[in-house]
Amino acid sequence: MIPEPWAPVVNAVIYLLLAPVVGGLIAGIDRKVTARMQGRVGPPLLQPFYDVGKLFEKENLVVTTTQNFYVLSYLVFMAVSGALFFSGGDMLLVIFAFTLSHIFLVLGAYASYSPYSHVGAERELIQIIAYEPMIIMTAVGMYMVTTSFYVGTIVQSAIPIVLYLPGVFIGYLIVLTIKLRKSPFDLSTSHHAHQELVKGVTTDFAGPNLAKLEIAHWYEYVFLLGVVYLFFAWNPLLAIAAIIIAYFLEILIDNTTSRVKWQMTLRSAWLVAGTLGIINLGVLYYLRMVVVP
Amino acid sequence: MQIVQLLIYLILFPLIAAVFLLFAKKSVERSWIVKISALAIGVVSLYLLVAGFDKGLITYTISGRIFDLAMLVIELVIAVYLLWLGLRHRKYSVVILVLIQAALLLWFEATYGHTIVELPNNLFFDQFSIIMALIIGIIGSLICVYALGYMETYHEHHKDIADRRGMFFFWMFVFLSAMFGLVFSNNLMWILFFWEITTFCSFILIGYSQTAEATNNAFLALAMNMLGGVAFVAALIYITTIDPSGRLLDLGALINSGYAVAIVPAVLICFAGLTKAAQMPFSSWLVGAMVAPTPVSALLHSSTMVKAGVYIIVRFAPVLTGTTEGMMIAMVGGVTFLLTSCMAISQSNAKKVLAYSTIANLGLVVACAGVGTYNLMWVAILLIIFHAIAKSLLFLCVGTVEHRIGSRDIEDMGGLIERMPKLAIMMFIGMAGMFLAPFGMIISKWAAIEAFIQAPFGLIFIIILAFGGSATLFFWSKWMGKIISVMRHQENLESSIKSEKWTVLWILTGLVVVVALIFPLISSALIEPFIMQIYGHTTRLAEANITIMLLMMGLLIIMPFSMLFQSKTPKMAPPYMGGMTTEGGMRYTGSAGVSRNLVLSNYYLRNYFGEERLFMPGTLACWGLILIAFIMVVGVVL
Repeated sequence: MIPEPWAPVVNAVIYLLLAPVVGGLIAGIDRKVTARMQGRVGPPLLQPFYDVGKLFEKENLVVTTTQNFYVLSYLVFMAVSGALFFSGGDMLLVIFAFTLSHIFLVLGAYASYSPYSHVGAERELIQIIAYEPMIIMTAVGMYMVTTSFYVGTIVQSAIPIVLYLPGVFIGYLIVLTIKLRKSPFDLSTSHHAHQELVKGVTTDFAGPNLAKLEIAHWYEYVFLLGVVYLFFAWNPLLAIAAIIIAYFLEILIDNTTSRVKWQMTLRSAWLVAGTLGIINLGVLYYLRMVVVP
Repeated sequence: MQIVQLLIYLILFPLIAAVFLLFAKKSVERSWIVKISALAIGVVSLYLLVAGFDKGLITYTISGRIFDLAMLVIELVIAVYLLWLGLRHRKYSVVILVLIQAALLLWFEATYGHTIVELPNNLFFDQFSIIMALIIGIIGSLICVYALGYMETYHEHHKDIADRRGMFFFWMFVFLSAMFGLVFSNNLMWILFFWEITTFCSFILIGYSQTAEATNNAFLALAMNMLGGVAFVAALIYITTIDPSGRLLDLGALINSGYAVAIVPAVLICFAGLTKAAQMPFSSWLVGAMVAPTPVSALLHSSTMVKAGVYIIVRFAPVLTGTTEGMMIAMVGGVTFLLTSCMAISQSNAKKVLAYSTIANLGLVVACAGVGTYNLMWVAILLIIFHAIAKSLLFLCVGTVEHRIGSRDIEDMGGLIERMPKLAIMMFIGMAGMFLAPFGMIISKWAAIEAFIQAPFGLIFIIILAFGGSATLFFWSKWMGKIISVMRHQENLESSIKSEKWTVLWILTGLVVVVALIFPLISSALIEPFIMQIYGHTTRLAEANITIMLLMMGLLIIMPFSMLFQSKTPKMAPPYMGGMTTEGGMRYTGSAGVSRNLVLSNYYLRNYFGEERLFMPGTLACWGLILIAFIMVVGVVL
């Protein structure tokens, strides 16, 4: 048995070690399911790992050496924010670390003076501002239900959070589409070659840098799905089912829609946050402040 | 040494330095006077911290009659001068405001001059005053030192503008003196006097270049701030009408006198604070003030002027707590924060972006102070500190860049990391200080969310923060991206920057990082005791979170060293341009083999966040909110 004070550290270490494995597997399943939806056989389940292994073998071609710094920082802070989350830390701090890591990705793209990379960076920024309000509202909503920003407390609260936050949950699923880089909101870089400007934000990353980027994405997947878990934390089985359904829906949407313009992305994300999020939180607030003082 | 002597010293010493500067003809003399005075002011402000941080609230008796008279005379002289200027430039709004204010003051003096007893405590200080004194004394004087080199280059670049540097530095130091007076005064009459002096100083300094635009914008600033001044005078008259002995002119006594007595003057004075802090609908004066030489902008935005506005609102926050009037003022701040953050996205003029960001951050301070719970007060003070440091650094960086590249447009700052590497890194750190974890402003934003969620109607402000915060993120990141994008074969332009400028810039850069590291100390030594004394309980960030923030900061500091472990001969490629790259990435081969320049430009999303789209709704909304607050106040009066 692990002594109590060390539990957060152990959780963080487990996340740091296992998240890339889980994230890579999710990516593999994603590709497989996507292929089936498109009537293809698809790559083997472990293909993402083969890809990353291959990328690491390649030469590190850069436009400027500062790119290495930005990509490494992106990876490190992505891992840090996930580790903070899984060690039961403060949700707001997790979100700020998460944002910080994305800014490094954007800066890495800006660092290269390539028009494709540049447009990718601008679009990545638009994606960030599109989803950020909803993510913050998610944290605030969880606080209003459980009176804590700490993930550790939220998990143990035994409250069916999703029943209190249905609007926030749907809002979160919609911004999850942006975060998982799924169509129709895959503006900055896309898995679908037919709707991509070269490779957007990742245009000028090659070899090991691209591999690090991929690993950072795996860390990100696990963290983002961890937030879905929180909504259902009172019942772990249900939570895992919810994660699977949510992810399947994301894949389905990815394969049935085509990329929209950035205007549409920003507008729809803010509209969702501005209606579902605010109404949900407003009702909760009203109930807590006025009806049950 | 007694603390009261320090206070008097801090008020009077800059004034003496100013007089010397007025008569210093040679630039060497001027340079030495400025440097030595700046050092003296900075050191004494620090000494005030050491001597006074554990003292709590202390008030001092200064025999005031003679000062009162002197102040009245100076105010009337200024009024006559402004009247003359207003008539000469046909600025009739200013003329009318000056006349109203002077008439009110004279009537006030005639009616109550004999009934008002001498206040026992004209000066006071507590931990909040120390914080303000440090901001004015350290950042303000650093800006003055920086201005030495800046103004020299400024006049080399602008031969057509009359060199009135003696006068320039005179008013800079008078400004500092007035700010010290403002934060140490306990007598509202005195506060009003210093308040008006800061308005006048900013008017003179904004109009320094004497071009038509500068003169117009100076008058705009003057008119808006005088409107606030009139409200301030009205507050004094109301206070004295209630108690003709004038005992409530004591700031502390007024704040402690309870809602029924204090709310009317509180709203009037906070209205004055809103004008000075350039909140909507008065934001345009601060945006217009960017025509001034950059050190003036830096001074106005970071350590003086606008900070006087939020200072007074934070002082009155205990009166506003839980009142609808306070909520209206907070909403003005909230709306201002949201809309000006968005408008900053649409601007490519660096100084304008900085101006909107200042207005937005002050909006946040006003929102915190207007709601006025104890933990929001804590956030408000923290915001004032962090903002002052990072914003002064950014202004001075932009000023330096502007002189080297001949433009203050962000679009022209591409590849600054190659042309001015050190300066680009400083700007980078300054911007990080404005919006990235684990630097100052994000700490405040975080604390603000945690505090608003416990406050009545706090949810509105959290939503405003969520949207406004992401807008903030957008305009800073794209600017950051611009300066760090690597364009090869650029000439280094840094060599001509003088060493004194470097010193100032390095100190400010250091402060951005250091203050983010030691803010728990600042909080426990200064902010918490201050909050404790007013509300009886206080707040701070959880210890575990502070540790994590420090670890993150440590990580952020060591990350750049990863670049040392890179291969010495990296394999380089030109940026990808669809296979058409030539000449190291700055040009490409177009159709028919023509070599073309590549120009990249940022998104400004003007259709969504343009001034023309957001300014009017914001102005109307804020006027509406202010009107509601006034109507409620009229209700109280009747």
